[in-house]
Amino acid sequence: MSVIIAFSMDEALRALAAHPDALILSGGTDLLVEINEGHRRLGSSSADIATSPTVLAVDRLSELRSWTIDLERSQVHIGAGVTWSELVSEPLAGLIPALAEASRTVGSPQIRNAGTLGGNLGTCSPAGDGLPVLAALEAVVHLRSATHQRDLPVAEFMVGVKRTARLPGELITGVTLPIINGWQGYSKVGVRNAMVIATASTALVADRTKRQIRVALGSVGPTVLRCSEAETMLSAAVDWENGGVGSDQLREFGGLVAAASRPIDDHRSSAAYRRHSVGVMAQRLARRAFPLESGPPGQGKSSGI
Amino acid sequence: MTITETPATPLLPSPPTTADGLREGVIGTSPVRPDGIAKVQGSFEFSSDIFAEGALWGATLRSPHPHARILSVDLSGAWKINGVEAVITAEDVPGVLTYGLITHDQPVFARDIVRYVGEPVAAVAADHPETCRRALEAIVVTYEVLTPLLDAEAAIDGSSVPIHPDGNLIRHQRILCGDPEATGPVVVEGTYEIGMQDQAFLGLEAALAVPDSGGKGVELHVATQWLHEDRGQIAACLDLPVEQVRLVLGGVGGAFGAREDISLQVHCCLLALRLGKPVRMAYNRAESFLGHVHRHPARIWMRHHATAEGELVKIEARFVLDGGAYASTSSAVLINAVTHTQGPYRCPNAIVDGYAVRTNHLPCGAMRGFGVVQACFAHESQMDKLAQAAGLDPVEIRLINAMRTGDLLITGQPVESVAPVERCIRETAALAMPTEPIGGSDGDVMCLPGGAGRTADVSHIRRGVGWGVSIKNLMYSEGFDDYSTARCRMVNGVVTLKFATAEVGQGFVTIAAQIARTILGVDEVLLDRIDTGIGSAGSTSASRQTWMSGGAVDAACRQVRERFFEHVAAAYGLDPLRLGIDGTDVVDTMGDLRIPVTEAAVGVEFDETVEYRHRPTEDLDENGQGNCHVAFAFVAHRAVVDVDPDLGLVKVVQVATAQDVGRALNPLSVIGQIEGGIAQGLGLAVMEEIIQIDGRIRNASFTDYLLPTMLDMPPVLVALVEEPDPQAPLGAKGVGEPPCISVTPAVVAAIRDALRQVDGVGRDLHRVPVRPADIAL
Repeated sequence: MSVIIAFSMDEALRALAAHPDALILSGGTDLLVEINEGHRRLGSSSADIATSPTVLAVDRLSELRSWTIDLERSQVHIGAGVTWSELVSEPLAGLIPALAEASRTVGSPQIRNAGTLGGNLGTCSPAGDGLPVLAALEAVVHLRSATHQRDLPVAEFMVGVKRTARLPGELITGVTLPIINGWQGYSKVGVRNAMVIATASTALVADRTKRQIRVALGSVGPTVLRCSEAETMLSAAVDWENGGVGSDQLREFGGLVAAASRPIDDHRSSAAYRRHSVGVMAQRLARRAFPLESGPPGQGKSSGI
Repeated sequence: MTITETPATPLLPSPPTTADGLREGVIGTSPVRPDGIAKVQGSFEFSSDIFAEGALWGATLRSPHPHARILSVDLSGAWKINGVEAVITAEDVPGVLTYGLITHDQPVFARDIVRYVGEPVAAVAADHPETCRRALEAIVVTYEVLTPLLDAEAAIDGSSVPIHPDGNLIRHQRILCGDPEATGPVVVEGTYEIGMQDQAFLGLEAALAVPDSGGKGVELHVATQWLHEDRGQIAACLDLPVEQVRLVLGGVGGAFGAREDISLQVHCCLLALRLGKPVRMAYNRAESFLGHVHRHPARIWMRHHATAEGELVKIEARFVLDGGAYASTSSAVLINAVTHTQGPYRCPNAIVDGYAVRTNHLPCGAMRGFGVVQACFAHESQMDKLAQAAGLDPVEIRLINAMRTGDLLITGQPVESVAPVERCIRETAALAMPTEPIGGSDGDVMCLPGGAGRTADVSHIRRGVGWGVSIKNLMYSEGFDDYSTARCRMVNGVVTLKFATAEVGQGFVTIAAQIARTILGVDEVLLDRIDTGIGSAGSTSASRQTWMSGGAVDAACRQVRERFFEHVAAAYGLDPLRLGIDGTDVVDTMGDLRIPVTEAAVGVEFDETVEYRHRPTEDLDENGQGNCHVAFAFVAHRAVVDVDPDLGLVKVVQVATAQDVGRALNPLSVIGQIEGGIAQGLGLAVMEEIIQIDGRIRNASFTDYLLPTMLDMPPVLVALVEEPDPQAPLGAKGVGEPPCISVTPAVVAAIRDALRQVDGVGRDLHRVPVRPADIAL
């Protein structure tokens, strides 16, 4: 095994050009677990070097470790090497609260100090905690190689179970997220109250400017899923002016979200429970976004809770 | 460093007296444990830290199949790898090919058949763990895959082909008590399931074997629960006389039953003896799940008959324990389960059938609670059903039936121990209920079910309260000749204790010194190395070491004190019977003599070794009758749990407990056992389970085998019920197991209580751990 430690973006991209299939190491919270558990082999003897992958460490690149806020364009750029701990902290937490909530559910404080948003994208596990938020916010992923750079909507970036659209030789440099006018939140079910992999998760964004509800689900499909039918239904059903929605509409919304999930049975949960739980989480998130009880639009408001 | 004799461990100096006037460090105080600071600072040497110059690494090749015939094993690939020094299989075992705690049915290495995923097939020794890994990958084993036996019922009814020469039924035991026709107007029944729990000690299996220079013997440094039992089994497999196998206790990071059985001991010694070089072995977490026995998964049916007033008339029960591929202690676990069917309640009539069976699942054996955990979840769930059917509340039904000293068990054995069941229940009930509202008073999401996942708002949550009460036998049962050995030396007033008692974290080393300080009036007590250089101390199991090894240390110290009094009496022309210890002085109780022990003991040396035995027990007869247990301890738990009924998530808010401890020799240690046991029982209630699908473990990591963390652990309110037991040498009962037993049904009962508030009916929740889907779907 050889390890290349990059100290600048140029160095990193040159190394990637020379070793397009290099394993990219940042916080190591996914990669080192895979290596330690033997799912990924790095040869240790001279005989293995020819066949074993190169590791490229990018954790020293300041471009990746920084973030910028662009209030004029109402967006935030977050470098791929920004850690969960930074995302939980102000000012990012105040600008993208759903991402802060998702970040708080990742591992333990030690893991949150090491793990990065870029790593979450690179691994692209269906259970990646940051991913439903990025999907619901319609974030853009930035990729660079020695020869080009390109931007991809996160929905196009995530292709399948631990599969992305990143090409050999490309490095995830960061994501751009909109600062939205409206409520956003994240919920995650696990069997423990913290430090647990998502059995199922849901992110909801209520974009008041676009008058659009957007919902994305984790751990209930091969990759993060959006729920277009449910989004359309609820976007039309809520009272955008007063922040209200009817309980019947919420139930219908929850049913549509559950129907949009494509979960499997595994040792962590049954598919039936995963489906059920995203429906419940979606209703509760929507109620947080629209706290007032109200009838369908045009029928006037019913009593509050 | 550890190869050479470690110097005796000095204890920390302590302030002279405690708040209640006791001399610091004596019985009844809570001195700092000698290993405590090193463990907190990370400098304690666990067995995985022990090294020797030039030591090789060993590693184990394991079966990937739950049931298969080994057609061939080709080791040549491993031998070709640079750095590989030994590759061994069953052919290289010089002595008996199998081991086991009760029956020797488990192979050192599988030779013809593998019976579980993870069964050892070969071992290697090499210069580096990575070389070992590659060597294991290079070994080619050809298997003919056989159909695994995974259904415990099929193992009972004889319909399955035997998967072992000893057959598929490990043991059947019936208990018939009183009138089998007896019944009452209130009858409730249920079938309960308990999942497979892992002991999940944090210090993984590890050892260092150092061969004698002549190659005739071996010294093994190992984390274990019982040095002498290990030695006997290892020596038989190595074909060595026991004296040539010397064991030294390596630093142990928890045990909970998982270190009773042999894991890497024989493999490590075989490799070291083969090579004439020291060999280290250390499991990682995934291998640890395969390398030790687990708590038996169980299916238990019970039918309780009671009077209209709720008094128990009869219990019918049927237990099926899945022992996995090898017997381990399954037969003893079964006896513990069936003989605790009634719980801490009087019951005149019973018909119980229990089966422990062999399957191609992971082998099961000892885990904290040892069969009683399973029985207790069933009988306490039944008591709640009975309360509902009789129109009583959960506390009333338990008080009406509470066992007292002198009551008979369904085995016909009288409970001679102090049995303060009623007091445990009443003192638990008297502990304050939580005052914080649901969700806490400052809106911290961590106070709600779902915690950091922000799944719930306060309006979604219901709060329930549940009860569990239990009885647990102490020490080994069924006629086992159980003893513990201790040696006390007093030289110039300095006391040194020697015993082979495995300190696994429970704190015996602290207690032992407290006993010596109290009996001999000294402050300074040294502890000799824990090894097989003295007689057996028995196992650190069955809540027995404070009673047994404590009894041995107490007796050895008393004998030294007698010699010492004779010496003082002779020097001052007094009757030794008039002498006593008062604080750190030896005093003439009828005169004026008062001199410090340290002064009176100058220039003299006393050395006494004692074997302590508890009273004998009997086997059960074919109807399950007999005085098979030594003594009993009791405990009550009350759990308060917040439940999210729609998502099935829970947050245990508080556990209150009153435990019958006899006498708290070290109150802080007792509280530590209680809090730790409650965490383990809470884990079984709501999250801890080894998942096997088609005989393969699916969650052999702490990512997926979930343990409660600090954030899942509620505040624990404790009342110690101190009624010294006259049979116990120091009045103290074992306190290790009871805390983890009835907290599990208490937590589940609280969840049921919360769910009843939603629709007036609730959920049966007949299985632990309770999964979110069991509540929400």
